[in-house]
Amino acid sequence: MAKISASVFTSHVPAIGAALDLGKTGEDYWKPVFAGYDFAKQWEKEQKPDVVFLVFNDHATAFSLEMIPTFAIGTAAEYQPADEGWGPRPVPKVIGHPRLAAHIAQSVIQDDFDLTIVNKMDVDHGLTVPLSLIFGQVDAWPCPVIPFAVNVVQYPVPSGRRCFMLGKAIRKAIESYDEPLNVQIWGTGGMSHQLQGPRAGLINREWDNMFLDKLINDPEGLSKVPHIDYVREAGSEGIELVMWLIARGAMSDVNETKKGNAPTVRHRFYHVPASNTAVGHLILENN
Amino acid sequence: MSLDKPYTDVPGTTIFDADMSRMGYHLNQFCMSLMKAENRARFKANERAYLDEWPMSEEQKQAVLDRDLNRCIALGGNIYFLAKIGATDGKSFQQMAGSMTGMTEEQYRDMMVKGGRSPEGNRYTGEKK
Ligand SMILES: [Fe+2]
Repeated sequence: MAKISASVFTSHVPAIGAALDLGKTGEDYWKPVFAGYDFAKQWEKEQKPDVVFLVFNDHATAFSLEMIPTFAIGTAAEYQPADEGWGPRPVPKVIGHPRLAAHIAQSVIQDDFDLTIVNKMDVDHGLTVPLSLIFGQVDAWPCPVIPFAVNVVQYPVPSGRRCFMLGKAIRKAIESYDEPLNVQIWGTGGMSHQLQGPRAGLINREWDNMFLDKLINDPEGLSKVPHIDYVREAGSEGIELVMWLIARGAMSDVNETKKGNAPTVRHRFYHVPASNTAVGHLILENN
Repeated sequence: MSLDKPYTDVPGTTIFDADMSRMGYHLNQFCMSLMKAENRARFKANERAYLDEWPMSEEQKQAVLDRDLNRCIALGGNIYFLAKIGATDGKSFQQMAGSMTGMTEEQYRDMMVKGGRSPEGNRYTGEKK
């Protein structure tokens, strides 16, 4: 049977992708950001995941206002890095895992989460920046990826509670898959940032660190935080953080079936700023 | 019954909800069209003529021509869509975000390097700093 071994959380700031692609990682501004990911790159070499289930959001790239799926699972064989207006990022194409993705869709929809199934989608910085940060600059990504896109662009976005419950359903689906795969689930986006209006540039260190603490120790309580708190405290685009609750909901300590102990915090990192955004990163291993 | 919108008293912030999205549909779809290089070229060659191909309001068109992003947002624009105009103009996300704050590019960049805008005094409209 497949197993979720760990969850990885990270911001997916587009400027980080640009800094990587333009060879700016050694600049004083960027050095502390990338240093926060040295551990993850080493750790992944040991973990060797077979598949990454990657929760992210599309930023008006694959989905315009023509269609706005709340939850969309990628079941395609491959995905191209998108041209977001500056040309596509020079990173490898993303190889999917159609069989596992279809299995998850089947299971999760029957668990009352009405997923949209996507067989053609270009993936933007929301997905490719985390891959670059965790796997480094490589010629091919080391494993297949299942993209899972969440609408956090147009309100109302799904609640933290809904995301947390969805994570549990995804766990149930993955752990009932009939191949012995080592699966990681990643939650991306955030942390505090606001990109619009006179309040642009908002950063809230205290709230972000409270979020990290509760994500580790009290995800159930954190899942009850209403949207308005994210907006007021972490900025209008800080709402992306609800996606982290999907990955957290898939960990064994918060699930009844094959219940485990609290996860081990393998790595925790926080830095301000990357462009307009606070960068957060966490690695939790299942026990 | 009116819908619950608890986010209308956050200062300097417009939440892009279904109502705003309806109002900004053509404005945002125009922005989306700039994802294609040939459309970017056509827009740059004659902005007014390109905008006139879209069923946008005159106010929306003028806000685009003025690159007044706050106005675009008030008229239903969403920042992730409006960013395509910035990309067409060769502007970074930080330059675009900063342009909405009344600060110079340098002031905004300095504020971010020093830890960003504090939430203190910025949570509720009319709140004392
Ligand atoms: Fe994002």
